[in-house]
Amino acid sequence: MSALDSKIPEGPLEKKWQNHKSNIKLVNPANKRLIDVIVIGTGLAGSAAAASMAEMGYNVKAFCFQDSPRRAHSIAAQGGINAAKNYQNDGDSVYRLFYDTIKGGDYRSREANVYRLAEVSANIIDQAVAQGVPFARDYGGQLDNRSFGGVQVSRTFYAKGQTGQQLLLGAYSALSRQISKGKVKMYNRHEMMDVVVVDGKARGIIAKNLVTGEIERHGAHAVLLCSGGYGNVFFLSTNAMGSNGSAAWRAHKKGAYMANPCYTQIHPTCIPVSGEHQSKLTLMSESLRNDGRIWVPKNRKDAEAIREGKKKPTDLKEEERDYYLERRYPSFGNLVPRDVASRAAKERCDEGFGVNATGQAVYLDFSAAIMRYGKTEANVQGIDNPSDAQIRELGTKVVEAKYGNLFEMYEKIVDDNPYQTPMMIFPAVHYTMGGIWVDYNLMTTVPGLYALGEANFSDHGANRLGASALMQGLADGYFVIPYTVGDYLANEIRTGSISTDTPEFEAAEREVQANIDKLLNNKGNHSVDHFHKRLGKIMWDKCGMARNAQGLQEAIKEIKALRAEFWDDVKVPGGKHEMNPELDKALRVADFLELGELMCKDALTREESAGGHFREEYQTEEGEALRRDEDFAFVSAWEYKGEPSEAVLHKEELMFENVELKTRSYK
Amino acid sequence: MMNLTLKIWRQASSNAQGKMVDYKVSDIDGDMSFLEMIDILNEQLIAKGEDPVTFDHDCREGICGACSMHINGEPHGPEGATTTCQLHMRKFKDGDTITIEPWRAKAFPVIKDLMVDRAAFDRIIQAGGYVSTNTSGNTLDANAIPVEKKNADMAFNAATCIGCGACVAACKNASAMLFVSAKVAQLSLLPQGQVEAKDRVRNMVNQMDLEGFGHCTNTGACSAECPKEISLDNIARMNREYLSASITAED
Repeated sequence: MSALDSKIPEGPLEKKWQNHKSNIKLVNPANKRLIDVIVIGTGLAGSAAAASMAEMGYNVKAFCFQDSPRRAHSIAAQGGINAAKNYQNDGDSVYRLFYDTIKGGDYRSREANVYRLAEVSANIIDQAVAQGVPFARDYGGQLDNRSFGGVQVSRTFYAKGQTGQQLLLGAYSALSRQISKGKVKMYNRHEMMDVVVVDGKARGIIAKNLVTGEIERHGAHAVLLCSGGYGNVFFLSTNAMGSNGSAAWRAHKKGAYMANPCYTQIHPTCIPVSGEHQSKLTLMSESLRNDGRIWVPKNRKDAEAIREGKKKPTDLKEEERDYYLERRYPSFGNLVPRDVASRAAKERCDEGFGVNATGQAVYLDFSAAIMRYGKTEANVQGIDNPSDAQIRELGTKVVEAKYGNLFEMYEKIVDDNPYQTPMMIFPAVHYTMGGIWVDYNLMTTVPGLYALGEANFSDHGANRLGASALMQGLADGYFVIPYTVGDYLANEIRTGSISTDTPEFEAAEREVQANIDKLLNNKGNHSVDHFHKRLGKIMWDKCGMARNAQGLQEAIKEIKALRAEFWDDVKVPGGKHEMNPELDKALRVADFLELGELMCKDALTREESAGGHFREEYQTEEGEALRRDEDFAFVSAWEYKGEPSEAVLHKEELMFENVELKTRSYK
Repeated sequence: MMNLTLKIWRQASSNAQGKMVDYKVSDIDGDMSFLEMIDILNEQLIAKGEDPVTFDHDCREGICGACSMHINGEPHGPEGATTTCQLHMRKFKDGDTITIEPWRAKAFPVIKDLMVDRAAFDRIIQAGGYVSTNTSGNTLDANAIPVEKKNADMAFNAATCIGCGACVAACKNASAMLFVSAKVAQLSLLPQGQVEAKDRVRNMVNQMDLEGFGHCTNTGACSAECPKEISLDNIARMNREYLSASITAED
């Protein structure tokens, strides 16, 4: 097994990527035609990588479990994408974006990777505009920006609340162009079942055709995992129903180290759980915190009255409200990073100030913004002495133009008008910063196997800043992997096409078949969801917004027991030679039942608080996360040894040569 | 809490004969989404050892375009501007009978139960729904070409199409004009899309015809049922683009 060599190029930070690009091995165009590349997943990272690699001349096979590559879950990203363009002339720069990302990640990410991300960010916007992505523009025809959490500049580009959709459709169009040329062969409704490793190198995959149930072998010289994050281990999350961690977990079992699996992002502004039937949670974009003010009642009695339906939020006067983020963090206010905002909401609700029937919600209030915008608009329109009602009407229109689709979505789900009554929100699982360990070239510990986008761990440390996931997915896919993959593939030009008629493919396929047969023949008593919900509850209660040693130890035991029960008692209907969504779900949940345990083990091992990982034992007197840099300024990279509990920890020490390690403060 | 009767199209595979089957569900909460109600039915079916109902769904927040149920004769059900996953049970009454079918169109063959094959939409995009620029990032600065806000907004509105296929399902001729025109309009409204505009519209329309979608007779059912309210103006724009491309064609 390879040692952890991050392969960070020599030289000063701002020269590393340029130097590396200039010195990296190239594959000549004629030889690219001899090389096959497999891409798993067609979100921003996968679509961008598949299109770019095909444009360069490689033969690409792309796989997605959805019925079309356009449906990958990047499509649901709402608020925006960061780029250090400094169009607003507010002092933004590559260095600032780099610094904000390192700080936002609570000093647990790799400097060189983050700097490269900031460096290529501006090009992403140029590229997307060239593809016809319709970003929001101002009346002068120039691109518009807004602010996201954890920063003090406006560097977020957006397309209303559908930025992810527009960027993904841009990448999908580039992918479609290559499919039409025959340079990408697209496999819709196919799921990766395993990575095949031959003589220590990734040489292909086992895939399942979800329509026919057929198990297929596909060989290639490199395999790119762009399969997203594993937030669905919690059952309830903002991920899509099909989002899963199986590709990553299978790769882990074949030798790819899993890095920082405990770093989970709990997003502060989601629509609260409404009942037992809940199948997923819906995000309300962070962009809303530009204009929405978060509060709970100042007095517990008022909170109780609201919970019992005796009072409405609009009954409370200004001085009866506690705008707790503005109170605790005056310099960033409502725009503190996600981990900070989520913990603050939990703290208020735990103290009895929560507002919906369950006590698990806080308000996000737009009335101040509506009045502020209304006054400006009245001035613009030259209305003298406008009435409050007039101002409200004008302001409502401005807010509607900015966030209309989000307000509609809220109203559909909650059946309440957020222009009139404040939204109710609560934190929910949203993103996983942890993922497969990769070096600077995005290669995992298995040669020839790469991980891009949310599937890897590299750029966001212990907490991702808003509007940075889209940036990373596209940076990895469009601008990083096309260069870095050459370093490995240059040595593969004489390999010839990869045969799938080998003992390694045979063995991998047999194992997949055996798992499927076991699940179908099990004939237990409970459905897959029954187990998935129980796993989710353990994870949320003990490895969620706050964690402690005792809870994590219990969780590990409980997950182990639940996994045994699953394999003994799960009931999967239908057969294997047909479309069988329950079977596909069972295979994913089986992997979550292992991954969840590793997450808890990682959380238990990391005896500090950092970003989204909050250990109750390690906090300041004011309840803020307490990092322990002397002992924990490293990436935890776990090697699989047969059982999650037996995983071996490898440490990649994090070197901070360009930023000073400081206690993160947003006060 | 509601008790409902569901009449659901069951079809084991694309070649199998399908039929409507009745099911009962009880204690349905108004806060549930339509798909969460189907989840409950499926849990019941699994418990009884029966085959659960297969349907496409993924994001469950109205943006991926996967869900595709024809509910009581309307694509995505009775509520306007709403996908099936965002339709909530409070729109129904206790004792209601709800009919649920897959999209019906020759170009969208049924795979199983309520799940259809919409690959034809992908092939139409592959025929020209893109700007032929490589992904090198070595393009103009994003602000080098200003785009009039009105055009940028119209392009955005067209681009919000989620490719669900409700327009086809709503049309008595199963025409895909609204879907195709949304992409044609988006790219023709932006300077970056104008270079290839003529080839694009010809190739996309040609592919649409090859896929077996029907003709447009301007009834407007597509736009009325569209969960993203894609405007009929896009069809008019595409017709103009197509006409102009046809009369100025060099070949």
